[in-house]
Formats: sequence, structure tokens, C-alpha cells
Amino acid sequence: MILLNGISRDFLLGDTTVHALSDINLEIGQGDYLSIMGPSGSGKSTLLNIIALLDRPSKGSYLLNQKNVIGLHDEELAKIRRENIGFVFQFFHLIHRLTAAENVGIPLILSGMPPQERRERVEAVMESFGLAERTHHKPDQLSGGERQRVAICRAMIMHPTVILADEPTGNLDQVTGRQVIDLLEDLNKEGVTLIVVTHDVDIGKRARRRLRLVDGRIVEDIRN
Amino acid sequence: MRYIDNLNLAFNAIGAHHVRTLLILIGISIGVSSVILLTALGDSARRYVISEFAALGTNLIVILPGRSETTGGPPPLMGETPRDLTVDDAMSLLRSYNISRVAPITVGSTPVNYQGRERVVDVIGTTADMKEIRHLEMAQGDFLPRTDPREASPVCVVGEKIRKELFGPEKSLGEWLRTGNRRCRVIGIIKSTGVSIGVDLDDIVIIPVASAQILFDSPGLFRVLVEAKRSSLIGAASEDARQIIKDRHEGEDDITIITQDSIIATFDKILSTLTYGLAGIGTISLAVAGILIMNVMLVSVAQRRNEIGLLKAIGAPKHEILKLFISEALLFSVSGALLGLLLGLGATEIIKRLYPTFPVAVPAWGIIAACGIAIITGVLFGVLPAKRAAELDPILALEKH
Repeated sequence: MILLNGISRDFLLGDTTVHALSDINLEIGQGDYLSIMGPSGSGKSTLLNIIALLDRPSKGSYLLNQKNVIGLHDEELAKIRRENIGFVFQFFHLIHRLTAAENVGIPLILSGMPPQERRERVEAVMESFGLAERTHHKPDQLSGGERQRVAICRAMIMHPTVILADEPTGNLDQVTGRQVIDLLEDLNKEGVTLIVVTHDVDIGKRARRRLRLVDGRIVEDIRN
Repeated sequence: MRYIDNLNLAFNAIGAHHVRTLLILIGISIGVSSVILLTALGDSARRYVISEFAALGTNLIVILPGRSETTGGPPPLMGETPRDLTVDDAMSLLRSYNISRVAPITVGSTPVNYQGRERVVDVIGTTADMKEIRHLEMAQGDFLPRTDPREASPVCVVGEKIRKELFGPEKSLGEWLRTGNRRCRVIGIIKSTGVSIGVDLDDIVIIPVASAQILFDSPGLFRVLVEAKRSSLIGAASEDARQIIKDRHEGEDDITIITQDSIIATFDKILSTLTYGLAGIGTISLAVAGILIMNVMLVSVAQRRNEIGLLKAIGAPKHEILKLFISEALLFSVSGALLGLLLGLGATEIIKRLYPTFPVAVPAWGIIAACGIAIITGVLFGVLPAKRAAELDPILALEKH
């Protein structure tokens, strides 16, 4: 479903060109569980941003669900992100003045769903993630684990085909981090493609397929 | 995104910063209320002056001796002294079919004395028609009798203030006053109307024009008030008057004619311009408020980089972000405009209470202009910050917490 072919990404830093990614070829199938690891500056975030359609490669082709997504317009890219990709961030990125339920409902608001339908869907999702009691809490009234669960609810609310998690446990203690990973893995078992970028070797190892990036190249691609 | 959701989010965002929102609202509302107040004052002044001139009479034409005009060329070799306007000149105007009434006027000041109480007052010499032409009303007695204007009958009509000062609580009708070196009997008291275009009708003595000419020893009239039969005949009446006087002055066109219409039109123009000028000054404060909005929105965009980045990442296209921030600016300006409207109307109400004689009212165009300009500036100054938000790169915006 994700097919990257000859992807390169160059940045201009002053006079020198930095090759963040060079010639990446990667095929990710529906329902895969993939971890991307590597030292800082190895290009894993850049790769994730390109997969997430937040960044454009300097070279190469990208087919998402058999559709060429290189050169699409801002509006079309936004729609694809909204409908196909769920984001889970290290810093949760919840909007502090909105309640948990409102945060979860933002993708639905962006898609223009009527309020009644929205409320039902938000309640259902939050209940299934054990957050039924927390719908009217503001993010700063929630624990770190709860915040990340709210963020996962928000990522799942549009029923995306792929979840991109960028250091999802980076800001959580080990026990809570483990719970969050369990939750993401449960979603993967239901058929959602899961891509996790992490520093944490223990978490990285849990994935069925593990990529290692060094200096913008894939140096390891292990499947079990 | 639905409009209602857009509005909700915008409302939520500006509601999160009470002090900042309050300051902006104060800024805008001061701008709006000052536009409203200034247009109200300007427009009310215009209406006040016009109503004062209208109250002078209806279809009024004023004739002045001498030709006042600016012409080029060298000054005449022989001195040109305008001929006096005489009572006969004035009365001859009644020959025109377009003229219904004529009142010759002579003015001067002279001491007036009653039983040792004396003061100097303005004295007007005129005829019976003055009452109708100037819409004078009598508090007691009658106005000057309808007699031959050349007859210097020893009667007078006094203003309310003169009556009070000279007679106090005593009876005034039928008493003899001494005006200058002549005696006259008080036959009427003018009803108090206050000051009317510089002439305090409460503080004058009116005597027959012939008496005044003797008193001031001058055959020339100060001016002649003429009333046209209908407002459509003012032009014709002025022409007739000019022709009649010209004939009587051996072909010399030596009078100046001012019509009430032209005075009113001139003042209307001047004061309307003044009002627009005042509105313009008020608009400057609205522009300042607009810059305030822009400033606050720019700060807001900088503070909400994360939120904007998130919205873009999870699927908000540029135009939705643009809409969201413009809605915020719009909310500021609309609520500021409403607040300013209340303030402005409240202030005019207070002025109305303090100065009941001055007819303060906010013109509809003032309200529309104030609110309209406030909302337009809000949106205009909201566009730049909104664009900045919409162009934000989500990767950079999400990088740091």
C-alpha cells in the first residue's frame, strides 16, 4: 500500500547540501507492523514526514494505495492525510483549551461531519479506549498515558489505514509507554498498518519488521 | 469544516485570553463609538443650524444695500457709493406678483428709559409684516399696527427680557417708554424664543420704521426682508426685486440679494463636509484598532504554532486555517463594533440629557460607516496573520514543544 521508489531528500544548509535521505526503496503492505530506528540525524523523521505527506521528496516516486501522491496540491494532500493517516506524536499535541472529546473530534470537524454524528462517534471511540470518564477533562487534567490515549483516539477517529507514531512513548514512563504500545499493537491486529519511529530498542524489537537507518540509507531490513 | 464549527473554534480561541480579548474590544469599541459620537455631533450641528435658519421665516429673501461681488479689473475712476435703500424702495417691491410680504428694517442702539431705569438696547425699526415674515409670536398685546410705513407712530413692542428688566412684576402694556429722545407706548410683548441667529429677540425693542429713521437720523435701511409667495417663486421674486430696485435706482444694480435657500444650502454643505471630516478623524482610531487586532493575531499565531501544525498535519488545508484565523479577527471586530455601538449610543443619550436644547441624534449612515469600517479593518488586518498561519510548515511547527 505504501511504495517508495528511489526517494531522496536534500536540504540546503547554508552552502552545503545535506542528504537527509538517499535512494530509499521501501514497500509496506497493508497491516504491516514496522519500526524505524537509527541514531539522531539518520533521517528517520524525514522518512516519516515523507510517508506522512508532510514533506516532499527531492527525487523519487511515492505510491500510496496505488495512487501517485507526488506533486499533489495542498488541498488534496490534506484530504489524504485526513482520511488515510493517523498521527501519534511524542508530545501528544493536544489543544489545551479544548476538552478531551473536542480534541478527539477535530478530524471529524475538519471533514465537515454534522455535530450529532460526531458526538456519537467520539463517545464510542473514547469508550473503547477506556476514556469514557475523561471526555470533559482538559488535557492538563489528564495523566501522560491518558493524554497519549486521547491522541490515539484522535488518530483513529477517521478509521485510517495507517498509523504513524513518532516516538509515541518518548514522553511516558516505561509502564505507561508499554500500555500505549500494547494499544497500538491491538489496532495493528485489527488490520491497521502501524509504523513506529523510536529510539527505544525494546519497543523497536516488538515490530515484525524492523528498519535501521544510518545517514539517510536503510542499512537493515529485518522481518520475522 | 462547517461554519458553525469554524465559529466555535474561533470563539474558543479568543475566549482563552480574557485580558487580551478585553483590551482589543476596548480598542475597537472606542474607535466605533468615537465615529458614532463625532458624526452625531457634526450632523446634529448641521441640523441645528439649518433649523435655526429655517425658523427665520419661510421663502425668505434678504435684500442688502450695495453690491457685494468680487470683480477683476482696475477700480472705478469715480467713487461708487451705493445708493441707500429707502422705505419707498421696500414698499415698491409689493408690486411684484411673486412677493407676498415686505418688511423694511433699520437697526441701531439707543438708551431706553422707564421711570429712571435705563439701559442701552438694540432697536429695530420695521413694519407690521415683520411679524408674519419672521414668525414672531406675541406673549401679550399686539405687534406694530398696520399703518402707512412712513408714519412714525409712537408705539413699541419689547422683548421678554426688556420687559422683565424695566417693568419687573409691574404692568407693562400701555406704559410709556423713552427710547432715545422719543417717547413710545408699549403695545406688545414678544414671546420668548431665545437666541435666533445672533439676534436675541428677548433683548430688543421694535418700533415703526419711520420712528427709527427719525431716531437714528438716517433714511437708509439696514436691509429689507421679502417673503416670496411660494418656495418655487423665490427665484422669480428675487429677479423681480432686483429689477424693481434697478428701475428705481436709475438702472443701477446696487443691491445684494440673499435667499434663505442659498444660505441653508451653503451651511448644509459646509457642515456636512465638517461631519465627514469628523467621521474621518474617528476612522483613524479605527485604523489604530485594526493594527491592534493585527498585532494580537500575530502574537496568537506565534503562540499557537503547535496547534496550527497539528491541524495541518491531521488534514486541515491552508484555506481552512486561513478561515479560522480570519474568523477570529472577525469575531474581535464584530463584537468590538457592537460594544462601540452601545457606547456611542449611550454617550449621545447622555449628551441629549445634558443639553436638551441641542438635538443630538446619530445619523444612520454614521452607524453603518462606523460598524462597517470596524469590521472591514478587522478582516483586512486579520488577513496577514491568518496567511502567516496558513503558510506555516507543519513539520517545523510540530518540531519543538
